[in-house]
Amino acid sequence: MLRFDSSGKPFIIIRDQDQKERLTGSEARKANILAAMTVANLMKTSIGPLGMDKILVDQDGEVTATNDGATILKNMQVENPIAKLLVELSQGQDDEIGDGTTSVVVLAGALLEESLSLLEKGIHPSKISEGYEKACDIAVKHLLKICDKIEFDKENCGSLVKAAKTSLGSKIVNQYTEKIAKISVEAVLAVADLERKDVRFDLIKLEGKTGGTLGDTELIDGIIIPKNFSHPQMPKQIKNAKIAILTCPFEPPKPKTGHKLDIDSVKKYKELLEIEQNYFKEMTDLVKKSGATLVLCQWGFDDEANHLLLQKKLPAVRWVSGTDIELIAIATGARIVPRFSELTEKKLGKAGMVIEKSIGTTDEKMIVIEKCSNTKTVTILVKGGNKMVVEEGKRSIHDALCVTRNLIKDNRIVYGGGAAEISCSVAVNKASKENTGVEQYSIRAFSQALLSVPIALASNSGLNSLEAVSEIQLKQMEKESSFLGIDCLSKGTNNMKEQYVFDTLRGKIQEFLLATQMAKMILKIDDIIRPTGQY
Amino acid sequence: MSEAYQPARILNQGSTQEKAEGARLSNFVGAIALSDLISTTLGPKGMDKILQSPSNLLDSTITNDGATILSSIQISNPAAKILIEISKVQDDEIGDGTTSVVVLAGELLKESEKLIHKRIHPQTIIKGFRLAKDIALKKLKEIAQDHSENEEDLKKYLKKIAMTIFSTKILTPYKSIFADLAVDSILRLKGSTNLESIQILKKTGGLLKESYIEEGFVLDKKLGVGQPKRIENAKILVANTSMDYDKIKIFGSRVVVNSSSKLAEIEEEEKKKMIRKCQKIVDHGINVFINRQLIYNLPEQFFTDHGVVSIEHADFAGIERLSLVTGGEIVSTFDHPELVTLGTAKLIEEIMIGEDKLIRFSGCKEPSACTIILRGSSKQILDEAERSLHDGLAVLSQMVKNPKTVLGAGCTEIIMAQAIEEAAKETSGKIQIAMEAFARALTRIPTIIANNAGYDAEQLVSELKTSHYKGNNTFGLDVTNGKVCDVQELGIIESFLVKKGMLLKASEATEMILRVDHIMYSAPRQRGMN
Repeated sequence: MLRFDSSGKPFIIIRDQDQKERLTGSEARKANILAAMTVANLMKTSIGPLGMDKILVDQDGEVTATNDGATILKNMQVENPIAKLLVELSQGQDDEIGDGTTSVVVLAGALLEESLSLLEKGIHPSKISEGYEKACDIAVKHLLKICDKIEFDKENCGSLVKAAKTSLGSKIVNQYTEKIAKISVEAVLAVADLERKDVRFDLIKLEGKTGGTLGDTELIDGIIIPKNFSHPQMPKQIKNAKIAILTCPFEPPKPKTGHKLDIDSVKKYKELLEIEQNYFKEMTDLVKKSGATLVLCQWGFDDEANHLLLQKKLPAVRWVSGTDIELIAIATGARIVPRFSELTEKKLGKAGMVIEKSIGTTDEKMIVIEKCSNTKTVTILVKGGNKMVVEEGKRSIHDALCVTRNLIKDNRIVYGGGAAEISCSVAVNKASKENTGVEQYSIRAFSQALLSVPIALASNSGLNSLEAVSEIQLKQMEKESSFLGIDCLSKGTNNMKEQYVFDTLRGKIQEFLLATQMAKMILKIDDIIRPTGQY
Repeated sequence: MSEAYQPARILNQGSTQEKAEGARLSNFVGAIALSDLISTTLGPKGMDKILQSPSNLLDSTITNDGATILSSIQISNPAAKILIEISKVQDDEIGDGTTSVVVLAGELLKESEKLIHKRIHPQTIIKGFRLAKDIALKKLKEIAQDHSENEEDLKKYLKKIAMTIFSTKILTPYKSIFADLAVDSILRLKGSTNLESIQILKKTGGLLKESYIEEGFVLDKKLGVGQPKRIENAKILVANTSMDYDKIKIFGSRVVVNSSSKLAEIEEEEKKKMIRKCQKIVDHGINVFINRQLIYNLPEQFFTDHGVVSIEHADFAGIERLSLVTGGEIVSTFDHPELVTLGTAKLIEEIMIGEDKLIRFSGCKEPSACTIILRGSSKQILDEAERSLHDGLAVLSQMVKNPKTVLGAGCTEIIMAQAIEEAAKETSGKIQIAMEAFARALTRIPTIIANNAGYDAEQLVSELKTSHYKGNNTFGLDVTNGKVCDVQELGIIESFLVKKGMLLKASEATEMILRVDHIMYSAPRQRGMN
């Protein structure tokens, strides 16, 4: 960029101008839209129960195989700024809702794709944005109109299991959906407070272990820590354990201020020795005095302290991770104690049973803390034939947990299989006619974009996608029923109510809002300045 | 034409991706190549592989063990990595069948490749495979024999299983000896799966068949200098404490002196401290002291003077095993001798195996631990023998927990395959084709075994199939004679768990690979120049 001042001298506005290039106006917009579409197209094949997985090989050659939109995008090492925005978008949906991370990206991509033709017609981007905004409003209102409520309580959670199954249907665990959906729902219900409609997610721990198959996944009433007791002769089973949780090492203190302790005589040497011995004695005595029968420590032990603990019959576990410590503290009602001197009986946690278990032929052990006194905590132990399956299993279960939680918070649902999108699309299209001017075009474009998810769903299921979607559209309009969707698994009916395929209302609304916001944001950009040769 | 119309690149520089058919092709090629590589080691007549480490050309391993081969080859193909991973898990969980699990997965992928060429969607194939797997598993459970009732019976079957496992390994000529060794040591564990308490010591020299079980426990260490070589009724203190330079563990302390006489004083005090510690140890009323860490000359001399035998630098596993065997606890402080449980052994003596001196503990409290001494003419042979023995022990230890057996020699595979074919006839649709493919993949396993043995595999396997159709459900391959015969009579018996693991893991991995339609490779991490 070059400008001249009044005396005709050139001056340069952008530093190192010759190494940068610049796209402006419609060129910039098109480049951005193209980038977003590339990402969206990449994700399209992962939608639905018959969607495919992606293998991601990271910098160190580690392999991740997944179907989860957020995970794919996060590990993709995206460089293009627009693509990065979409990664953020999917992340946002993941944090807030935990499910629908793929659909949100596909929808955003479709909105931008539609805007491309509008731009070519010469419609100003901000007009398009306004139209989208209006259309999104209409769609959300329509969702609220068509939503259904599901009823459940602690005993009767069949409907929750069905919702979890929908979420799990597209993942590799779908062979065992019934079982895993049940586990997920049970886990959430165990920690849920149905009256306050609140779920304490931090009380559910997901632990993975290779061996067996995904079907061997189990729900454990308690907490698992992948550690063993610090001394091989300590008892492997403790009943009615009183747990002391320490965040200080069993070692003489190490002040953070640098200091030197000079010894210049035999007397001082002897004194020092005595002090050292006393430290160890004092530490173990303090623990014993508090009445604890199990010590969990975030740090390491000195050999001598370790043996003293054994002698005092105090089983101990060292190097327990910070998150585990917190979880155990919540579950057993223990206080986390940072200094030995502050340990009292009141600060101990209680658990009915602590037991060390070994798994398989390798010498791997786990400590299970069961029957915690305070709150219920549960661990889902995910098993699988290999590490990649276990990881993917964990991600899928996390999604199912999120769905269940969302339903407990808000029991309104909309029907899946593309039913909600198609119904909204019809409604938005109808509403477009009430608007005059260019907005009508962009509202109609929004209605078209909404169909992208059902179309992807149908084509992944091996159907003639356009035909299938238009057929449903027609049926929905004829019967005024919003629960007709794509029959992905060829069960012989389009009625999603009968197939029990549904999504949470919250998730769907969030999906629409986030995707619209993202499309608007990208449309607003009209200038890209970047170093030459990059992307 | 402006740049805006060029395809957008969204990934990092150096990152690559493969899509749809390309991704599938790359997965198939990688996984099948890997399975082909390893399939020649399958079966009693399978061949071995030499693995040469990239860093040291002299350091090579000769093995037949699938998990060992796979864990040492460097692979960048993601699908092949998944196969390596399942083999590793099979090894951890059950110990054997590490080759067959990969071979089965490879065969399943080969079959699916053909199906995909016929334009059958991967998800349909997966559906069919799942159905087939469930049928096979059901059949497998049906034909499994439970031996939990009769203990004598169990022992007999354990030996047979061990023989079957060892017959595919280097131990073949002496499989009976080793099967006895393995069964014997496993029964000592009394149902525990902790293989740690079975110690395998390798000593070069002698022949493989001279290997034996040493009653009690052998520690590959030497006794202190000038100490008796034979101690009866030993009272043992097992310790983990520093006996070299016993530093005071208070942060920031250091010795500052201004004259050499003071230095001498402090040094003297330090010595005294060590002597006091030694005295405390001796006060436990022991005659053997075993430490995990080094013992310096000063304490060693003190122990000798007080008639205590000291053994230094027993590694951590050794210490844990010793404390298990002798029943003593591992001690790090010595102020309360009355609280310490000492270990005992009737006799401790120094023995010679080949040219090496070792310490043998016999008459220990806990007879569950034992030591298997392996002899062999070279390091490679010993290593391979150890791996084979470990496989056998692992399977047997799981067997004791779940004593179910199935017939080996390809018999089980054929039974499963036929069950699937039977069911496929009643399933309509494209799934049927996938199920048939699954059955074919299972049949490939006996085919490969026969092939490796140098027989006309297709002929043999078809004979085998016919005999099964005729109702001879116990028939399998006799690879020594190249015939089809009754496996029950041959006594080729395998663990149900191995077969189940193979079936489930292979199908899970196949499904995982089939589901993929896109591979993204990140740019490899840039290594710094230093």
